[in-house]
Amino acid sequence: MPEFTILGAVLASIVAAATPLLLAALGELVAERGGTLNLGVEGMMIVGAAVGYATAYGSGSLLLGTAAAVAAGVLLSLVFAGLAIWLAANQVASGLATTILGLGIAGLIGSPFVGTRLDAAPTLHIPGLTSLPVIGEMVFGQDAFVYASLVLLAAVGYGLARTRAGLVLRAVGESHAAAHALGHPVRRIRTLAVMFGGACAGLAGAHLSLAYTPFWASDMTAGRGWIALALVVFSAWKPLWLLAGAYLFGAVSILQLHVQGFGLGIPAQFLSALPYLATVIALVIISLLKRGQGAPASLGMPFIPDR
Amino acid sequence: MRKFISMAVALTAGLVLAAGAPVAHAAEKLKIGFIYVGPVGDFGWSYQHDQGRKAVEKEFGDKVETTFVENVQEGPDAERVIEQLVRAGNTLIFTTSFGFMEPTLKVAKRHPKVMFEHATGYKREKNVATYNAKFHEGRYILGQIAAKVSKTGTVGYIASVPIPEVIAGIDSFMLGAQSVNPNLKIKIVWVNGWFDPAKEADAAKALIDQGADVIAQHTDSPAAMQAAEARGVKAFGQSSNMITFGPKAQLTSIVDNWAPYYIERVKLALDGKWTSTDTWGGLKDGEVQMAPYTNMPDDVKKMAEDTEEAIKSGKLHPFKGPIYKQDGTLVVKEGEVLADKDILSLNWYVKGIDDKVPGQ
Repeated sequence: MPEFTILGAVLASIVAAATPLLLAALGELVAERGGTLNLGVEGMMIVGAAVGYATAYGSGSLLLGTAAAVAAGVLLSLVFAGLAIWLAANQVASGLATTILGLGIAGLIGSPFVGTRLDAAPTLHIPGLTSLPVIGEMVFGQDAFVYASLVLLAAVGYGLARTRAGLVLRAVGESHAAAHALGHPVRRIRTLAVMFGGACAGLAGAHLSLAYTPFWASDMTAGRGWIALALVVFSAWKPLWLLAGAYLFGAVSILQLHVQGFGLGIPAQFLSALPYLATVIALVIISLLKRGQGAPASLGMPFIPDR
Repeated sequence: MRKFISMAVALTAGLVLAAGAPVAHAAEKLKIGFIYVGPVGDFGWSYQHDQGRKAVEKEFGDKVETTFVENVQEGPDAERVIEQLVRAGNTLIFTTSFGFMEPTLKVAKRHPKVMFEHATGYKREKNVATYNAKFHEGRYILGQIAAKVSKTGTVGYIASVPIPEVIAGIDSFMLGAQSVNPNLKIKIVWVNGWFDPAKEADAAKALIDQGADVIAQHTDSPAAMQAAEARGVKAFGQSSNMITFGPKAQLTSIVDNWAPYYIERVKLALDGKWTSTDTWGGLKDGEVQMAPYTNMPDDVKKMAEDTEEAIKSGKLHPFKGPIYKQDGTLVVKEGEVLADKDILSLNWYVKGIDDKVPGQ
């Protein structure tokens, strides 16, 4: 059944394409729920990709590479946190600086590895299940990053809604003054949230350079960090909506390639713009549906405790 | 007497300045600047230009001093960077992307004594030369190989942006393919950019899912080659030899080789014989090279080598007539070839491509 085979392959591609976006956006969602807007996602992602590749290439261990990518993302997020949270600098400017710094550092770290390659992170095949028609490959034929993104999503969703830590984080994001008055260490909590964002962005970078296209090339994230940022807004800061947004974006970007391949004569430039168009339309619909339930109230505002 | 000497010195200096010919003195180093549109680490277009720069350094040693600036935006930013290269004392400057054309001309006007070399453009001045490479010659060979190797009769083509060079590449590929198998089908996917590895990999996977078993690309990263290797189909590399990324997949690769041109031009500048010229080299001149023919039967390899020889010797021209457009109009008559200027402004598909040029 060739139709089934191609459908399964398309679905598998969509899930894979959405994963780096989902990972990076998930981290940013947590940072933003805590009240910090970090525009450095692209920078943390590319540093994760470079450090992850360099480490995996040097050590021969994908696991070590992934761990190093996460650590690198966290390290760069600390630079941002130092500026934006502890020195109360403008968050937009600090975030942009983080991205530019990250792109530069990544190019430097990666330069000796141009033209080399790694074996891709293996996909996990589960005998019997992977060969199921249509959904087999999509659900059971992916690499570990895909499963990690879903586990993380569940953890973040549960954590934000059902745990005390999640409640405190949301309180800090909604009204840092009130949270401070209650005795919560606002800046420390925000720093932790930003570090989580850095870890997720680093992991997203590692997915690109270790599994998706296992080689290093400068600027290989190609703007995915910015799309992740947009997805957070699209999701109205809700993890489940984020999943829907990332998979919708992935679906439209993969399907437009297939539509071109079938030669239906639709202009390619229009098709390339389609993922963004779809996101904008979804954004409009969501903001119409959920009026008033928007961003965390303290988002983007630096907190300076009064002594 | 002292007065006389100082006057003589002033006069000589004045003369040298007035003559102002772009002559490098034997004792002085020739300072050469390069600007790249992408990162040198792209393993594609900018990487290959940088290999050319390194070849110049190796060839001329301490007679030259080279500088490069990577990731330069096409547009006003480029003008600033070129101006800076001039102020830093570079007297020969290579601007290596189509979009640097106007900025190069503007700076060149202000500094008539500095020599400029602009890649892939068509506007020249007394101190601005242009150069390009006939990549479509290589694509004709790719088309022939694809037609022989494909078992499904469908090849996939990942294209970047619809400019004449890319469209001419597709046409040339198809003409080569049709010379072997007139019924070969081509599926074209545009990624609308030169560099997004993950998207290029997605495009390759989509084409393979749709039944293509040979992938050609006109984008800059090895992502498509890697995707082909993972899926067990064949592919062609681009700009660099990508055999590392597809040891079982790569059939061959079109390699940009700017070194011979750069060395020749630098030599002319060093000898004071540099003039503005327009160079469009191809396989014959070594500017376009084919990576070793691999992963194909011997008869296909033989055919590819013969075609390469025929193009080099001038016996075969990729755009030789008869050539029909998609709607059946005859553009090139039997026994004629498409003129260079028409190849450089090509914006139509040949008959046999079942798709539309984007935006038309």
